[in-house]
Amino acid sequence: MSELEYNPTELLICTAARMMPDKTTAFIGTGIPLLAAALAQRMHAPNLVPIFEFGGTGAILERIPIAVGEENTFHRAVAASGICDIVETAQRGFIEFGFLGGAQIDRYGNLNSTVIGDYHHPKVRLPGSGGANDVGSHCWKTIIIMRHDRKRFVEKVDFITTPGYLDGPGSRERAGLPPNTGPYRVVTNLAVLGFHPATKEMMLLATQPGISTEQVIAETGFELLLAETIEENPPPTNEELRILREEVDKEHFYI
Amino acid sequence: MKILESGSGKLIQPPDIDAFREWNRQKSKELVDKRMSEAEAVSRFIHNGDYIGTELYGTVRCPMSLVREIIRQGKKNLRLAGQGVMELDMLLAAHTVKEIDITYVGLEVYGVSNGLRREVESGRVETVVDWSNASIAWRFKAAAMGVPFIPVRSNLGTDTLKHSAAKVVECPFTGKPICLLPALILDVGLIHVHRADKYGNAQIEGISGFAAEMARASKRLIISAEEIIDEEEIRRYPNRTMIPYYLVDAVVHAPFGSHPGEMCYVYRRDEEKIREWVEAAKTEETTLAYFQKYIFDVPNHQAYLDLIGREHLESLRHSGRAD
Repeated sequence: MSELEYNPTELLICTAARMMPDKTTAFIGTGIPLLAAALAQRMHAPNLVPIFEFGGTGAILERIPIAVGEENTFHRAVAASGICDIVETAQRGFIEFGFLGGAQIDRYGNLNSTVIGDYHHPKVRLPGSGGANDVGSHCWKTIIIMRHDRKRFVEKVDFITTPGYLDGPGSRERAGLPPNTGPYRVVTNLAVLGFHPATKEMMLLATQPGISTEQVIAETGFELLLAETIEENPPPTNEELRILREEVDKEHFYI
Repeated sequence: MKILESGSGKLIQPPDIDAFREWNRQKSKELVDKRMSEAEAVSRFIHNGDYIGTELYGTVRCPMSLVREIIRQGKKNLRLAGQGVMELDMLLAAHTVKEIDITYVGLEVYGVSNGLRREVESGRVETVVDWSNASIAWRFKAAAMGVPFIPVRSNLGTDTLKHSAAKVVECPFTGKPICLLPALILDVGLIHVHRADKYGNAQIEGISGFAAEMARASKRLIISAEEIIDEEEIRRYPNRTMIPYYLVDAVVHAPFGSHPGEMCYVYRRDEEKIREWVEAAKTEETTLAYFQKYIFDVPNHQAYLDLIGREHLESLRHSGRAD
């Protein structure tokens, strides 16, 4: 059987889904992370526990929520509590993965979702932190999902909404953030990136299908470290795409 | 305690916990019938310039009938806890807001809030102070605890902290930096619930968002409820009471009060009507036309529901529980 065509959103969802291990906790927002979690639950991670900011813990993602507080975020869940309980759970170290997006990211994985331009006279006033700062502060590993271009991957973000590795090694701890936390992967339409264990700078780990290392470098506004071997990320399988289209997002709300 | 960093944002509502205690002491503890209309609740308890908060979210168990009434009455210079979707987009677009402690004002899947963009980028909203989502809820929690601040590990190291009114101190027990959030005491809280009795004892189904904390952080509290139930129902399951009556100043019976948002296990969100707002909110002119149609030209919530249409509303109903 020939490989099915897919769009960039489907590629991001499938790539992120593969990063969600079974039998663990993941702080999930709506959009791509949610679809990735729903896909992962149907593929390799039936016991993935999605946790939603406003109180849903352990929902079975049979139906796709389109708001972070809606009923499907606690559909057949194990608990329905509130935002304090959820973020305190993350603060005590119970939540392994957190998923984030943003308008801008820098080499240390610091994220901006607050303003473009000057804070006091913004060119664009974005929605604000929402739960992003909380997720980026408390979850053990954060996975960032973004479109990849030079406007988004910048030398310096206009505003650090959510902490990555701040100024580099040790700076999270110096700021008082929990040790051994921080950005783990960045998933884009062009690549999968990680962070150098010593310098905490962003590092290209794998390219998406059909994308060259040079293209990734060209679309990144800062100097990118390269892993010794750069893998090629396998494309979405027919099975992943079938489940995504026919079961996860039947109404094609997102894909 | 050594202060390591102070956010430069304005403390819009400085917490006076002793005054809050005195306020709470004088609140009536008597079981009296507090039922009234949206119009009466909003005109009696919300004043121009008040600091208000809404719960949960513009598309989820949100006091939309009260929000529409605030716009209908043309309240001005409100200060608000900026945690929301359509409800805050509308309050902003209606020029009712002067200052915001903001964590997120946007339309989720439908993108940024045009109301927020227009009001902030034009400078009509004079003060914007940024916080994380949990920070706003924890600020309510501190007020609910009756203490002036709460230590947390959010915000540290970021511009979110720099532009907030939080402080970083050296923890007196561990020596490590910790973020202190000031308590946030609301002049008025607005919460939509599944059911309440006439005194204000209220029950909520599903997730509780930040209802428990916000109710206890409010000097005046307006509850709108899908259903008014008998006091005996409350007394039969006292563990279900999330908000006890003595916190409450007004009880508004508002079936479909969260429309066009959802109410879990009662009705679904109304995608068609949500999209109508999303489209209307794009320009000042279409925003005004929307307000004219759905707010100014209808005298009250009942008339709003009639305009939406009973049949249409009934089609949104569902029993909803997992089976």
